[in-house]
Amino acid sequence: MSKLYGVGVLAALAAAALAGCGGGPAAGATSGRAAQIGGASGSELAERQVLHVGNEAELQTLDPHRAEDTSSFNVLLDLYEGLLAEAPNGDLIPGVATDWTVSEDGKTYVFNLRREARWSNGDPVTAHDFVYSLRRGVDPKTLSVYSYILSPLLHADDITAGKLPPEELGVRALDDHTLEIELANPTPYFLGLMAHSMAYPVHRASLEAHGDQWTRPGNLVGNGAFKLDDWVVHSHVKVVRNPYYWDNANTKLEEVWFYPTDDLNAEFQRYRALELDMTGIVPAAQIGFIRENYADQLVIAPYLGSYYYGFNVTRPPFKDNPKLRRALSLAVNRDVITKQILNLGQLSSYGFVPPIPGYTQQQMPEAGWTQEQREAEAKRLYAEAGYGPSNPLRTQIMYNTQEDHRRIAVAIASMWKQVLGVEAEILNQEWKVFLDTRNKKVDTQVYRQGWIGDYNDPFTYLEMLRSTAGQNDTGYSNPEYDRLIAASQSERDPRARMELLQEAERVMLADMPILPLYTYVRARLVQPWVGGYQSNIMDRHRHKYMYVLKH
Amino acid sequence: MLSYTLRRLLGALPTLLILIGFAFFLIRAAPGGPFDRERTLLPEIEASLRAAYHLDEPLYRQFGRYVWGLLHFDFGPSFQYRDYTVTELITAGFPVSLTLGLSAIVVALLVGVTAGCIAALRQNSRVDHGVMALAMTGVSIPNFVMAPLLVLVFAVTLRWLPAGGLGDGSIRNLVLPVTSLALPQIAYLSRLTRGSMIEVLGSNFVRTARAQGLPAWQIVVRHALKPALLPVVSYLGPATAAVITGSVVIEQIFSVPGLGRYFVAGALNRDYTLVMGVVVFYGVLIIAFNFLVDLAYAWLDPKVRYR
Repeated sequence: MSKLYGVGVLAALAAAALAGCGGGPAAGATSGRAAQIGGASGSELAERQVLHVGNEAELQTLDPHRAEDTSSFNVLLDLYEGLLAEAPNGDLIPGVATDWTVSEDGKTYVFNLRREARWSNGDPVTAHDFVYSLRRGVDPKTLSVYSYILSPLLHADDITAGKLPPEELGVRALDDHTLEIELANPTPYFLGLMAHSMAYPVHRASLEAHGDQWTRPGNLVGNGAFKLDDWVVHSHVKVVRNPYYWDNANTKLEEVWFYPTDDLNAEFQRYRALELDMTGIVPAAQIGFIRENYADQLVIAPYLGSYYYGFNVTRPPFKDNPKLRRALSLAVNRDVITKQILNLGQLSSYGFVPPIPGYTQQQMPEAGWTQEQREAEAKRLYAEAGYGPSNPLRTQIMYNTQEDHRRIAVAIASMWKQVLGVEAEILNQEWKVFLDTRNKKVDTQVYRQGWIGDYNDPFTYLEMLRSTAGQNDTGYSNPEYDRLIAASQSERDPRARMELLQEAERVMLADMPILPLYTYVRARLVQPWVGGYQSNIMDRHRHKYMYVLKH
Repeated sequence: MLSYTLRRLLGALPTLLILIGFAFFLIRAAPGGPFDRERTLLPEIEASLRAAYHLDEPLYRQFGRYVWGLLHFDFGPSFQYRDYTVTELITAGFPVSLTLGLSAIVVALLVGVTAGCIAALRQNSRVDHGVMALAMTGVSIPNFVMAPLLVLVFAVTLRWLPAGGLGDGSIRNLVLPVTSLALPQIAYLSRLTRGSMIEVLGSNFVRTARAQGLPAWQIVVRHALKPALLPVVSYLGPATAAVITGSVVIEQIFSVPGLGRYFVAGALNRDYTLVMGVVVFYGVLIIAFNFLVDLAYAWLDPKVRYR
């Protein structure tokens, strides 16, 4: 009996550890210190300006032209600076370029570069560096998977396809400090692209000197506020102040340490043990506990990402059946998913493009209705599509293996069952298998998808549903939609362009090849002594703005 | 003994080749490839990536290329960690896994064997029951439960030890991961030692030693321990290999940059070269440890030597 009791206690303890209970001490310790943070004035800096941040998965590369994962982007933001950069709130501000002019037809940009801009070895950053780097970005030999970011540049696509040499790219150094970029079409979001890692300059001499080894500590030469000091794969990346940086006088931090963690819970425990000043993310399963004990440190902000389901419209039952697709979309109560299942402040969405400045968000016409009205309409459409109690729709929801995706799929299947009587089976696949299946468009019926925008413009979303787009896993094809998207690409008036894009989204939403569910949020924990951190929609943070308060 | 050693070594070669072959073709047979992305790549880019990693060649030639590379200790470039070769990644990760694994085995041996001997000498006493109850708990609590518990107590609450990372590689950083790895082994080893020690203590030669009036400790240390350790040694080979290679969970929970994490990351990302590299490396390791155990067996047990 006593033995059993012991085992029971251990099991309870284990459950508590996994659930993260019993966190009083850590929470207490930090809130107890809150009064002294920043000293008497509240803004006094700590003596040691060192920041430790959690950085999700191990980064794939420090080559800005080959990077494609957020972990790499996060470090690259500190090591490099493009023509434009991001303010703490995410706004575009001058980076290496101080100012620029745009030609009448919107196709030629001339940038004036800072004369004081320096590489981390002291060399000046010149227009020639940008010419070299932009050419490298589109060169097929670079093996860049993000080269499409530079696609608006004149001849970029032909160079990537190997039809033209990189020297043909529409970029020229007018002198050491003046850079001219020619575009194929006027591209209103072009300046935003110039802040992307694909448009960061790389240091030609060190690339040529070190070959494959150029991104290693000691070899890597960047032009950002920090320079690479140490990188141990799966342990940490350490960057230190770059004394040659043009704005070095305003950099407060001496060191930033990035820690990769495969295990979200492990990251959270390291944060609780005060080894991390910020986490990359929070473990969704612990959100209740975190809200209770770390409410003052939990920062949640909208994130430029859409979570949605796609219908495979190339095969029955969804082929040529917009009524059925609309019925399924209306039968889903999105607030249950965002408020009860996820509960992190995600926004229910009835359209594809998340909130973006300058773009009027489009929604299904039924977005303003009550859920009861939507369900009534869903039943009507379902019947019109030829389904009913005696002839229910049998379908399959496919998602990539992950706990939240599963919970959402289960909820949606049961909503469909309750409202319409649909028999939906749910099926999960491991990520790479899932990508393969989804892309083949044979075995999928309804599938899960999400997309984080590459840049702050609706085009990063709407272009994906063009009939020719590689990422169009629904198989959606509407000539009118394609026409509107193409027209928007050559439209010079920004307002008229946005209207074309809005019209395109309306057309698409009427066809409903996708089932919009919610807009992402980004949640992380930030210790109260971290200053200068601001949330922004792209979740890009340059540590040059941050500092550590006395604590 | 020499011919025995040589025969064993030669016998390992085909095993290794079969292992390489299986791993090579199986990972390629898995659906999804290293270049599948949320956003499908442009065909031209995918083609140049495939060409760069020689994936456009016929399979037999890729296999030949791979084995040829292995003969030169070249495991190829990693698909996922693009700035590194697989050889570099293994060279960086293995010493960490080895340190963790060996420390855990040494701790487990010292504590486990001692506890087992004590329990055997005080058979059916309170000490014996206590040790065995602890061992039972240790065997039945998996380390993915034990490790977060240790973190919660010693890192989050007491703040005595770090919750994760290797830091500067000091002992402080090793204590929790090594303990988590060693606990189940301690549990198992103490049960194993106790069982075989009890058996040995009841055998004829121990009775003879007792009859000669030797002190108890001398009987245990000089006569009983060696034969009692036989099952421990045969368990030790696979256990050491398992602890060194199988610390995937522990490495993840403690964010330790060991080899185990590459296994998982490599498989999930279809990083063919990385998975292959780790499989081949583990294969060699496991074969080597089994071989060492056989040699140790021959040394401990004369019967094996004369066979």
